Amino acid sequence: MSSQSVSAVFKLVKAPIYSHCFSQDKSLLAVTCKNDCLIYRFTNGSPQLVATLSNHDKTVTAVDISIHGRIVTCSQDRNAYVWEPLSDGTYKPTLVLLRINRAATCVSWAPSGYKFAVGSSARIIAVCYYEQENNWWVSKHIKKPIKSTVGCLSWHSNGVLLASGGTDGYMRIFSGFVKGLDSKDAVAGSPWGDKFPFGALVREFYHGSYIEDVEWRSSIESIGYVSHEGTLNVVDANNNHSQVNAPDGLPFNTLLWINDHEILCAGFSNHPVLFAEATGGWQFAKDLDKPASTDLSAHNTGNNNNNEDLDESEDVSATFGISALRKFKQLDLKGKVSTDVNETAHENTITQLLPYQETNGQVTQASACGLDGKVVIYNI
Amino acid sequence: MSQSLRPYLTAVRYSLEAALTLTNFSSQEVERHNRPEIEVPNTSAELLLQPMHIARSETEQVLIEPSVNSVRISLMVKQADEIEQILVHKFTMFLEQRAEAFHILRRAPIKGYSISFLITNKHTESMKTGKLVDFIIEFMEEVDKEISEMKLFLNARARFVANEYLGEFVY
Repeated sequence: MSSQSVSAVFKLVKAPIYSHCFSQDKSLLAVTCKNDCLIYRFTNGSPQLVATLSNHDKTVTAVDISIHGRIVTCSQDRNAYVWEPLSDGTYKPTLVLLRINRAATCVSWAPSGYKFAVGSSARIIAVCYYEQENNWWVSKHIKKPIKSTVGCLSWHSNGVLLASGGTDGYMRIFSGFVKGLDSKDAVAGSPWGDKFPFGALVREFYHGSYIEDVEWRSSIESIGYVSHEGTLNVVDANNNHSQVNAPDGLPFNTLLWINDHEILCAGFSNHPVLFAEATGGWQFAKDLDKPASTDLSAHNTGNNNNNEDLDESEDVSATFGISALRKFKQLDLKGKVSTDVNETAHENTITQLLPYQETNGQVTQASACGLDGKVVIYNI
Repeated sequence: MSQSLRPYLTAVRYSLEAALTLTNFSSQEVERHNRPEIEVPNTSAELLLQPMHIARSETEQVLIEPSVNSVRISLMVKQADEIEQILVHKFTMFLEQRAEAFHILRRAPIKGYSISFLITNKHTESMKTGKLVDFIIEFMEEVDKEISEMKLFLNARARFVANEYLGEFVY
């Protein structure tokens, strides 16, 4: 089963990957790695490092590629850069005037590719756009009523509504309407309201625990979000709320809409989980790439116990020399790790899921990055 | 392993697994700092989660204090008499003086406990969470055994020394 659901595994770096992004044609892959952002080009299905974007001097927290191929990175050094691809394969960085005094945590391009939003620990969302006359990326702030670090952002396909979540336990929808960039036609007839001036709080949902990730499903005007207490939640414009628990009891870090009725989640259990909407609300559908033997812990302690019992009973009958020999052999075994464990493709927490291949609005392959420095493509 | 130890360790194991869901979290109080939130005086209460206190008896307890990017685990090791108290103190001090080599060991235990561990997101990123939990559980299993073994050894040695020494005065 695991070989079916895992399409490809790329071991890229020896550091956690917090965020990754494929370019529109899937030929380029950008991953965060410590203070840098690494760009890989895929030739014959194998990644080759082609560029290192290294202007940041603290951990890079997020990366995103726009539909035009511009790369935006943001970091805990409070800055964000937009990297313009040049014809010779290098990238020209432009500093974004974020005007925040704490770490930038997440970044997301609007679907149009002309603006992006940056979430930060300064309790601010900065919506950034290019200003022709100054030749600069400038930002407008959304401050109220955010009370804590913003951890995740998602744009509606109309490019105006912006969903956010963070450690204050609220999932909020703001308007990211920028005059001159967006037209009012995009939000005409939206079920979320009538007027969307910049920074207006459109709706907020109180959840209580940290919101780890949030994602719009624009076609059905719904939002999915995952929270730190291990739940997947789906809300819509009529305030309908559906909630389902994680089967492993461990929280999810990220979610991805597969189609209007299916969501893929992944997080601390190291493998993705598929949820589906049934008549009675959202339900667990299946595990992807789950190891066959799950109850490792019980198995381990049980084994230890047996060994000890066995040795004690044998010690009595065995001659002195043999038992001493065994004792030293056992000392040698101490701290050794059993290797016969069925591993998942990701060996550590999965941090981000993104669509890799889509046909007719249905995601058929998803890419995931994790703290183990791998990027994995899953078949759904 | 005795009957009552098993459920105790199981409770600690599941609590630890749930607590070790850490993220890289930059400070929202101090500019350009990334610090374990559980260890600093915190004005943002939302970053600290509910502490978990698991007790097997009055002398054997575990306190797990989770936060957004770090978990502090404090153990109280069983100390039945004065000899065990001294032994536990010496033993944990020995470990704490070598805290760098142990990565997750805290230099000083928090008040009322024998030994404390501090696990941050750096540790869960570079090590497997399951193995970290295994280590703590194994430590809890072993430390009691170790202490009682040391106590037996100490008693035997004391008896021997006393015999030898006091033998001089036997007529």
